[in-house]
Amino acid sequence: MEALAALAALTGDEAKAASAAGSAGFAYGLAAIGPGIGIGYLVGKSVEAMARQPEAAGMVRTTMFLGIAFTEALALIGFVVFILIGL
Amino acid sequence: MATTPDPMTTRLEGEAPEITVSLDILKRGAFTSPVIVAVCAVFAGLDGVWSALYAVALVLLNFFFAAGLVALTARISLGLMMGAVLFGYLARLGLIFLAVILVRDASWISLPALGFTIIVTHLGLLVWEMRYVAASLAFPALKPRKP
Repeated sequence: MEALAALAALTGDEAKAASAAGSAGFAYGLAAIGPGIGIGYLVGKSVEAMARQPEAAGMVRTTMFLGIAFTEALALIGFVVFILIGL
Repeated sequence: MATTPDPMTTRLEGEAPEITVSLDILKRGAFTSPVIVAVCAVFAGLDGVWSALYAVALVLLNFFFAAGLVALTARISLGLMMGAVLFGYLARLGLIFLAVILVRDASWISLPALGFTIIVTHLGLLVWEMRYVAASLAFPALKPRKP
């Protein structure tokens, strides 16, 4: 309640800055959920493939690593938007 | 009837391709960083230079930590590797967040240059490496070998 009262007391530029920081943090949180799901799915399928066919593990691991890094780029883009708007 | 091996007890020994890939990315990063630093210097001056160097170091360390984690845990169990990749993702995002928060008020930092460098370096190096890896996987005979 105190936090809400403090927010209500803000005016003009302060309120704008506070809402921008809040929105940016929220957007960063949302931007991290998608890649989390993607990485989980990607690694789960890769583990399944490696367990079934260990002789192809090298190829699967290489592709998996690049896939993880590409998926993580989405979270990094969200982070950069956060630092540019929210900080 | 053949059964699928249990991922929790299956482990992978031998050479870790992630380490090779990440070292390759490090090498390419060392080649490309002067160009990115020069671009940031044009737009943000000396602050841009330091910010770009900091961002390149962050991205390269991030790649190296990710590869090290996969390589280390794959030797123990595939199930552990999966857990480590997921929690490692969270931990690495947290570390990047911390690394940026710590320097955000520094006099030498330019946040636009930092953000631009993080995205461009990460995606650029990945695309470059992917082209090389895709060509090596599709045409193994063309894969460069040590003499």
